[in-house]
Amino acid sequence: MKSDPDPSMLRQADARTAPAVELLSAEMTYPDGTQALRPVDLAIAEGEFVTLLGPSGCGKSTLLKLVAGLLEPTDGRLLAWRKPVRQIAEGGRRLAFVFQSPTLMPWASVQANVRLPLDLAGTPRQEGDARAREALAAVGLAKFADVLPRTLSGGMQMRVSIARGLVTQPDLLLMDEPFGALDEITRHKLDADLLGLWRTKKLTVIFVTHSIHEAVFLSRRVIMMAARPGRVVEEFHIDEPFPRDADFLVSPRFSRYARQLQDSLMRASVSDEEVSI
Amino acid sequence: MSAVIASSVTRKAAPLPLLRRPNVQRFAYPLMIAGVLLAAWQGLVVFFDLPPYLVPSPLLMLRALVDDRAVLGSSLLVTLKITLLAFALAVIVGTLISFLFVQSERIEMALFPYAVLLQVTPIVAVAPLIIIWVKEPTVAMTLCAALVALFPVISNTTLGLRSVDPDLLAYFRLNCATRWQQLVRLRVPSALPCFFGGLRISSGLALIGAVVAEFVAGTGGMGAGLAYQILQAGFQLDIPRMFAALLLISLTGVALFAAMAWVSRRALAPWHASEQSQR
Repeated sequence: MKSDPDPSMLRQADARTAPAVELLSAEMTYPDGTQALRPVDLAIAEGEFVTLLGPSGCGKSTLLKLVAGLLEPTDGRLLAWRKPVRQIAEGGRRLAFVFQSPTLMPWASVQANVRLPLDLAGTPRQEGDARAREALAAVGLAKFADVLPRTLSGGMQMRVSIARGLVTQPDLLLMDEPFGALDEITRHKLDADLLGLWRTKKLTVIFVTHSIHEAVFLSRRVIMMAARPGRVVEEFHIDEPFPRDADFLVSPRFSRYARQLQDSLMRASVSDEEVSI
Repeated sequence: MSAVIASSVTRKAAPLPLLRRPNVQRFAYPLMIAGVLLAAWQGLVVFFDLPPYLVPSPLLMLRALVDDRAVLGSSLLVTLKITLLAFALAVIVGTLISFLFVQSERIEMALFPYAVLLQVTPIVAVAPLIIIWVKEPTVAMTLCAALVALFPVISNTTLGLRSVDPDLLAYFRLNCATRWQQLVRLRVPSALPCFFGGLRISSGLALIGAVVAEFVAGTGGMGAGLAYQILQAGFQLDIPRMFAALLLISLTGVALFAAMAWVSRRALAPWHASEQSQR
């Protein structure tokens, strides 16, 4: 179940399934010398749901921003469908990013917010509207197309943000602690919705979280990270069939996975303390 | 609207008494203060028997306003015309300069000190030059007033165009938005609250600039704005008329401010926190 991130094994995995995203010794050092992310070797297969889990400061958001092309690795390479991330549009591949906060335009209607990426790409208005309505329906907000974001609850705003992510029919969905600010009940609901969308749309998802439960419930693979300096320490596979439902959440198997991740997280934190001493 | 909400909260079907409605109170309270002040003024003038060439009573001022309504009215129109022209010029030029500033830090670095220079140079010192250089008096005075009104538009709009949610900006970049798309779809709407704040300051300054320009242009026979009336009235020791002209200038300023507040409310009320009830 547990496997060390051995580069040779990753290369074998490459041979079997085409990787959607590859990090080849990609690392990130900020101009002031802080090492945000030690060199990472990681391959993510197409259609995979991978979670990056770790304490704050472990570089999980940095890793995600590298994949998105919002940051450039200071060394090493990053490929998406065997191309530099900025060129994936040329291969007809699309990427969507969902932020920690809803990040909506407060002056624009829900519909206009969801349509934004299509507008920016120059999609005709009518087609854009139709697709935005579709995406809103997929997250259960069809009735709220014409209201302004501020009239919605935090969970609903987050769903608008996800609809905006889905409207371009992305191949790769990057999510940076999207449900971190929500209450537990809403989070469970959205987690379940997200799994449903992932299965129907055949997306590749990279999901950043600091919640062990969310990581176990959602992913096939959990990448455990540690802080100061940010690095990948361990990798776990959650070998559970989909669809996963509320029963899985209370099952002994779920607790066992959670326990393993918890122990790993503790180990990562302990080594962190040793480093700082 | 607010009366409806208040009654639904207190579960009272009957509408609120007139003086307890917030919309009425907004006007009633300042008017009450005005009434008290005017009564005190009138009382003091009568009590100490002050001569009208020192301090005219409010009633005298009102009479001057009514008696000279034709002259004062046409002067008001002249001042108003210059104010509005200058305001419009300042808004257009100021906004364009702000657009330029946000396109590159270097442009802003190079030009911003000169915007400040424009602001800190007293208009009274510059106005005579402009009036000598520019033949057409209306144009000259408009330029003077626009110079005064320009800076708040530049500084507020630039601030607004820069106050963009960084995540939203990252989202635009992620979607390969062009500079133009960023400006039109993101920076301009984000800037509106600051922009309208600038308009409120600037509208008042345009009026002040117009009056100062008229003063500097003096009684040389051109124009005949309210400032000209004040100068004339001063020469003739017609103090009530002076006060009447002054009152008109103040009221114009208040009206401009109210108009800007109204426009701002219309544009921002649905989505921006500054225009929503704070209670």
